[in-house]
Amino acid sequence: MTVEIHDGTHWQPVCALADLQPGRGVAVLLADHQVALFRDRSGALHAVDNRDPFSGAYVLSRGLLGSRGDRPTLASPMYKQVFDLTDGRCLDEDTAPDGSPAVLRLWPVRTTAPAPSEEPA
Amino acid sequence: MTSSHTPERPPALVLVGHGMVGQRFLEAWTEQPGTGHWRVTVLAEEPRPAYDRVHLSSLFDGRTPEDLALCPPGFLAEHGIELRLGDPVTAVDRAARTVTTRSGTELGYDALVLATGSIPFVPPVPGRDAAGCHVYRTVEDLDAIRADAAHALADGGGTGVVVGGGLLGLEAAGALRAMGLATHVVEFAPRLMAVQVDEGGGAMLRRKIEDLGVRVHTDAAASGIATGADGAVRGLALSDGRELPADLVVFSAGVRPRDQLARDCGLPVGPRGGIVVDERCRTEDPAVLAVGECALAADGRVYGLVAPGYQMAETAARELAGRPGPGFTGADTSTELKLLGVDVASFGDPHGSAEGALDVLYSDSRLGVYRKLVIGSDGALLGGVLVGDTDAYGTLRPLAKAGRPLTVPPEQLVLPAGFAAAGPIALPDDAVLCSCHNVTQGAVRAAVRDQGCDGVTAVKKCTRAGTGCGSCLKQLTTVVTEELAATGAEVRTGLCEHFARTRAELYEIVRATGITTFSELVDRHGTGEGCDICKPTVASILASLSNGHILDGEQAALQDSNDHFLANLQRNGSYSVVPRVPGGEITPEGLIVIGEVARDFGLYTKITGGQRIDLFGASVDQLPAIWGRLVEAGFESGHAYGKALRTVKSCVGETWCRYGMQDSVALAIELELRYRGLRSPHKIKSAVSGCARECAEARSKDFGVIATSAGWNLYVAGNGGMTPRHADLLAADLDRGTLIRTIDRYLMFYIRTADRLERTSVWLERLDGGLAHLRAVVLDDALGIGAELDALMARHIGSYQDEWAATLADPERLRRFASFVNAPGTPDPAVTFVPERGQIRPARPDEDGHVLTATAPDAAPVLVAGPRLEVLAP
Repeated sequence: MTVEIHDGTHWQPVCALADLQPGRGVAVLLADHQVALFRDRSGALHAVDNRDPFSGAYVLSRGLLGSRGDRPTLASPMYKQVFDLTDGRCLDEDTAPDGSPAVLRLWPVRTTAPAPSEEPA
Repeated sequence: MTSSHTPERPPALVLVGHGMVGQRFLEAWTEQPGTGHWRVTVLAEEPRPAYDRVHLSSLFDGRTPEDLALCPPGFLAEHGIELRLGDPVTAVDRAARTVTTRSGTELGYDALVLATGSIPFVPPVPGRDAAGCHVYRTVEDLDAIRADAAHALADGGGTGVVVGGGLLGLEAAGALRAMGLATHVVEFAPRLMAVQVDEGGGAMLRRKIEDLGVRVHTDAAASGIATGADGAVRGLALSDGRELPADLVVFSAGVRPRDQLARDCGLPVGPRGGIVVDERCRTEDPAVLAVGECALAADGRVYGLVAPGYQMAETAARELAGRPGPGFTGADTSTELKLLGVDVASFGDPHGSAEGALDVLYSDSRLGVYRKLVIGSDGALLGGVLVGDTDAYGTLRPLAKAGRPLTVPPEQLVLPAGFAAAGPIALPDDAVLCSCHNVTQGAVRAAVRDQGCDGVTAVKKCTRAGTGCGSCLKQLTTVVTEELAATGAEVRTGLCEHFARTRAELYEIVRATGITTFSELVDRHGTGEGCDICKPTVASILASLSNGHILDGEQAALQDSNDHFLANLQRNGSYSVVPRVPGGEITPEGLIVIGEVARDFGLYTKITGGQRIDLFGASVDQLPAIWGRLVEAGFESGHAYGKALRTVKSCVGETWCRYGMQDSVALAIELELRYRGLRSPHKIKSAVSGCARECAEARSKDFGVIATSAGWNLYVAGNGGMTPRHADLLAADLDRGTLIRTIDRYLMFYIRTADRLERTSVWLERLDGGLAHLRAVVLDDALGIGAELDALMARHIGSYQDEWAATLADPERLRRFASFVNAPGTPDPAVTFVPERGQIRPARPDEDGHVLTATAPDAAPVLVAGPRLEVLAP
């Protein structure tokens, strides 16, 4: 099974599903964008901006997954603001220090059955 | 106040003096609505912004002036306030409404606030300006004292004399003593701290201070300074004819209000000094106000304490903002402090000067406890003095302030806990609970009841109570918890929304059930998916119980920011690397290897507070290559990234140092290699000093060991940081084996019972029964868990492996250290650096920095630093 992310024009294969350990993110390089890719305990996939709006560092893939109420969340490793993975909104603060709204871009993500050539040996 | 400024020029506010009260005025001013359009300029004499003068002596405990800074970063810029340092005002022209500074600058004002504080009073004795004479008020004063003390000690001398036995004098004496000087205190009055403490209390205080090796001379005045051939001080002549040898003299015989500016421009001052102000803090000239120690308040008193100074600052700010509040008509001069390790408190009217006042007294000189209450004829508590044990201060001070007849027999308030049968004493609502910010108990209860504050942190935020000196925190917590319970809100003690259990309870559950995964623990004992509070806490508990490599299996998804990649995350997403240097001892070859690794990868190097070397600038994918070189050279992970044992600092001790009593380095190395990798509720810092001079600063550590002639003294629960705490002596003159077993049990008992992110200093203050209970458990095995604690430590030691060596040896763990899962070889373009002082530093957003691409060991690093090494101009 391959994980693919839609970069706005077409689906990009990124890694094998087995590369994603539940709860531990990985960073993805898509042209000049960085995406934080996660698989949670239920198996759902989440892909959001890797840039943390509060520190400006590209570190969100190193954050901790969790939940707040019934919503799946991601906590930034830098200053621990928590983001809602269903809509990318920050649950702790509305605006980032530079005045922009503290919302992470969501990237469409899917898994595809292995193409014949990728049949595991 | 209608300022007469011409419309287009904004009104100008000039603040003279940026001390503690000056800074509080600025904060209060910026909180007032409608002050944004004023142009505010602060003219200060000292070379640094406002700092916490109350805790100045902590500079001798290893804290730096920056730790004491009071002006929050960015505060001045955020409010457009201009601060000019080192350029004091020399004259005020009230007619032209201008001030002139020493540098000759002239500045107009529409409102002038004088916050010039006070100056140390130096008795007019001959030779008082000789080299080696000091006052004790600014950071520069303490630097000069430290230099002179070191100089004196180096010459084999080392006697210091403090003139003045008040609060400041005793702090100065404590500082000289801590630096290893033979110390004398000369006090004109018949007792120490004559202002705050009465005869009995003074005697008790004297005995305790003399026990610390300070020689006290009361009823003695300085009459002259004897100087040597080189003009430097050699001795202090006393009024009774005696002469004390002295390499160093510190004058702290009180202060005088600094009111010269006011005198020079014709403003009225008090008979013994102090700029006369009304309850609005205004002088005779409506455009000039005065606050703090330089002012003579409306009740005719000069207030040297911080709390009244803050109240005057707030009064002046409201006044100038055109929203006058209640005005300042005097304040409570109660104080509670720790002097040379001795707790002292005085409140209300300590000397019982009121008509018909009687005393209730409890004095136990064996234990060093003295409690005296002054009771009015109507049965009300008027004031009191506490020496040796001031726990009751938090309750007694508000009671004295309320001034109503006591509902409990007064002796109940002084007798030791065992005897007093009184239940909790109900405090009236208008009793002031936090004197720094003048917050009454009623305001705290209302914050919980009406403003929905659900805990101490929330109450602190909305009432500012407990954010000053912190001495009321215990009382604040009691009141908040009482009120929460009263409003029916169940007081949540759980870790977070996912666990109703505390950390200590979760530790017991994991230990008892043998659960080894977060998923099983949250499914059986919690709810939901966890968060950044409980996941790291559970990760730490699993690691404390030796659950294998922290990046294995599901544990890899629980690790906090630094543990996540076994390195310290920096602000630009890069990491720092800290090899272990046990006891701070390193060979030349070791230094060379670290130097080569840093050079080959272009890393920034810096010596750490824990006596080791920190390498900055590594990106995720470089960590394995860097550690490969270090492990190969015999280094191992220094665990700087874990909430774990960090280092055991040491001084060179008896092997080299002529004062050393024992081999402190060997012990520090043994302890660090024993406890390395031990994860705990919070980081554990420790140190071993070779003698009482304490050069390794053991008493500011979670556990500290000081060598004695007979063995080792063990000190526990010390801390530097925001709320420094001097470690307590747990046991004295221990032999090596007992010392180590005791530390084993102390650490494991802490790991077992502490709360999340609770340092040992906070934990011990919270532990029921405190130090005595800790001794019973750790030394006498009162709970019968000694064997269990020993077994847990043995298990840790037995299962220890270097996390980095184990990571390098396992491809599955190594695979995680990729920059990008879909481009593992590509360096992270967002982690960039620019040269600074011959090394690198993270590039700011507006700078175009370079990526460090020296992944291969032999590839020369990108020439980041540029051909010419920047030499720092002196």
